[in-house]
Amino acid sequence: MKNIKSIRIIIIFCSVFSFYSSFAQTDIDAIMMNKKQFCAGVMYGSGSWKNYWEGTNKRDNANLGTVSTKEYMLQGNYGVTNKLNVLFSLPYINTKATAGTMHSMKGLQDLSLFIKYMSLKKKIGSGTFSAFTIGGLSFPTTNYVADYLPLSIGMHSTNLSFRGMLDYQISNWFATISDTYIQRSNIKIDRTSYYTNELHYSDEVYMPNATSFNIRTGFRNNRVIAEAVFNKWTTQGGFDISKNNMPFLSNRMNSSIIGFNGKYNFKKDGEFSFTGGFNSAIAGRNVGQTTHYNIGAFYLLDFNKKKKIIASKS
Amino acid sequence: MKKLFFILSILLAIFLLQACNKSIVERNMEFAALNPLKTDVNAGEWKPVLLTGPTEFPVPVPAATNTPAYVSEINEIKGWQRNLNQTQKNTIAYWSAGAILRWNEILRELVAKHNIPPYQNPDGTYPFPSAANPFAYPIFPFSNPPYAARAYAYVAAAQYDALIASFYYKKLYNRKAPYKIDNGVQPLVPQNDLGSYPSEDAAVVGVTVELLKLLFPADLDYIQQKADEHKLYRILAGANVRSDVEAGEALGRTVAQKFTARARTDRAGAAIGTATLWAQMESQTAATGEMPWISQDLPKRPPMLPLFGKVKTFLFDSLTMVTDISAHAPPSTNSLQFKKEADEVLYYSKNYDRNRIEIVHFWADGVNTYTPPGHWNAIASEDFVKQRFSEVRWARNMALLNMSLMDAATVCWSTKYKYFNPRPTQFNPDIKTWTGLPNFPSYTSGHSTFSGAASTILGYIIPAKATAYNDMAKEASLSRLYGAIHYRSDCDSGLVCGKKVGSYAIARAVTDGADF
Repeated sequence: MKNIKSIRIIIIFCSVFSFYSSFAQTDIDAIMMNKKQFCAGVMYGSGSWKNYWEGTNKRDNANLGTVSTKEYMLQGNYGVTNKLNVLFSLPYINTKATAGTMHSMKGLQDLSLFIKYMSLKKKIGSGTFSAFTIGGLSFPTTNYVADYLPLSIGMHSTNLSFRGMLDYQISNWFATISDTYIQRSNIKIDRTSYYTNELHYSDEVYMPNATSFNIRTGFRNNRVIAEAVFNKWTTQGGFDISKNNMPFLSNRMNSSIIGFNGKYNFKKDGEFSFTGGFNSAIAGRNVGQTTHYNIGAFYLLDFNKKKKIIASKS
Repeated sequence: MKKLFFILSILLAIFLLQACNKSIVERNMEFAALNPLKTDVNAGEWKPVLLTGPTEFPVPVPAATNTPAYVSEINEIKGWQRNLNQTQKNTIAYWSAGAILRWNEILRELVAKHNIPPYQNPDGTYPFPSAANPFAYPIFPFSNPPYAARAYAYVAAAQYDALIASFYYKKLYNRKAPYKIDNGVQPLVPQNDLGSYPSEDAAVVGVTVELLKLLFPADLDYIQQKADEHKLYRILAGANVRSDVEAGEALGRTVAQKFTARARTDRAGAAIGTATLWAQMESQTAATGEMPWISQDLPKRPPMLPLFGKVKTFLFDSLTMVTDISAHAPPSTNSLQFKKEADEVLYYSKNYDRNRIEIVHFWADGVNTYTPPGHWNAIASEDFVKQRFSEVRWARNMALLNMSLMDAATVCWSTKYKYFNPRPTQFNPDIKTWTGLPNFPSYTSGHSTFSGAASTILGYIIPAKATAYNDMAKEASLSRLYGAIHYRSDCDSGLVCGKKVGSYAIARAVTDGADF
């Protein structure tokens, strides 16, 4: 509880990698819950873009105006052991365009589950070095409409992710680097034919896999986190949106974003904490140039404490 | 916790197993080699569309099969067959599904590729594709639904006429297939008793390439590559000698001239209209007291092909179109009826229903797709494969279907620009759509007209599926109401009109000689 491991918060990095903000939510920081601690919270996020990259060509579209996404997310992290955490998140998403005739979309999106394992922790020099492996699974929780870009709430693929992550901390200053491979399942759409670079006669769409590289660095102690983040999402394949065409699910969507996150605990080791973040796309391909912010509130349940209370009563 | 891990690991394992294989088997790659139930050996007597008769373009007498020239052609086949590689085997598997089928698919692909509205100029006007300069942006053509319907119709009707002529000379000369002449030639496609000269496949190649030069001039490289592959396949498969192929291709090319000549003078070239005309349509409608259609695109886009309603039809004349087929007037935009219908659209816009969205998207066939006429071609093709029609019957049925679809486009477009009715989203800005909004007036629904026409003629061709086609047409029609694109009147009137168009195709079908 007293050390950095017990910081009861998951700072979520919303990787805004597609036209809408996509929440293949990743646990991507070096913070672990202790055994039998459960931290859960709610987060609100909002992203929007006016310009987007049609292939590599940046443009706007008067028939969309500004496309915005609002997310309301439940998330949690449970400490199975001090070295092994399981995490989940589930967003409800609402999309909207300010111009044109296209109807907005809303609904529950994908449930993400992660297993996070700290495989190494050791003093190196004046700091602490730790290594993590993280496995993730996400899948759609509803039959939402994916083939409605840029206003669909998600891609409807089932994703498996593998992440390697390294962290180094000296005093209250840290740096974390991670790389993720995302294996995406094919998806089914409502039509029986679709065009990529050629015409396909199937309702199944091949979804290229993706990688996501992430660096974050800043200040971290058990009351405050302030960090800068860079993330690069790269789709391994896919095709470009042709001129003045609509986007499609298997486009080559790439995005580089930079952002800042913060977390604050009102009391030292208190149950309540608050988070906030902001990020913005600096480069992209077949995605919106999104700026995004989020705020969240989290609460810690410590099952170790409860046991002690029950024990003292008896 | 152990249980959770157990469930999670099972899920992971299942997913991993599925994830390993992401290759997709597409429906059109599973079609078997065409093995017709009937050879239709007398198809040379069927009624052509534009040809005056099967002998309008004579085909020279072929060399006898005992001549050195013929023997060397047989040897060419044997040479190929000795060393067939996997690519060549794949070529045989692909093309043997049927010439009409595969070229119809190629056409659908070209339509989908080019069905993208041009991007605006810096001053907010729009450029138009130019047939004279097809490679400049916007690349020619913009194959929107009327353009596509016309392309499918010309190609299908021309293929049909070319095959009638080809079948006539096949019977007349009755040169046997190479595999029947020489035991050393392996038949790598199902055998039949038709004469092999001139090659029906090559006739399809010849006629189609000429039409596509006109319709999709920017894609000639691709088209030529497919044509070369198709012709070679016949030789690889031991189904034709080179002179069969050459005679067939030459015949097809000649037949094409009748159709390209018609296409150049069918008034489609002027269908875009002029800025003056677009303004007139708006002001004339306003002068009657009705609310005129206004483009909902930003910047405002000129209406799609406002003079397509004047394009020359295949199945009836322009007088018949006016007196017997065209839809009656829509409810006045000032009427209570119109308001009620707009409220109904608002209901479907406001009330999300996943099943309805599925219907909307299944039938949407919007930007970058093969259009509604292409969708009906895809439906027909997959059903025709099961019917095992001969090539010439495939061509005839495709011609009937596509002449219906093109004439449906003409009828529908003439109605749209006669009444110039506003879309629901214009009439009531609270209405939002569940799919892309087309840039032309509302009444009548194009989807409904196309679907009424297609389902009617397809119900004649495959009577066992008549009810199913009718249900599909109704669903396609209603999908536009569900999508908040159209009022119910647009859909109902379009469907009625389309069915009438289809009945003219049936009238032709019962007298063309193919069904008795």
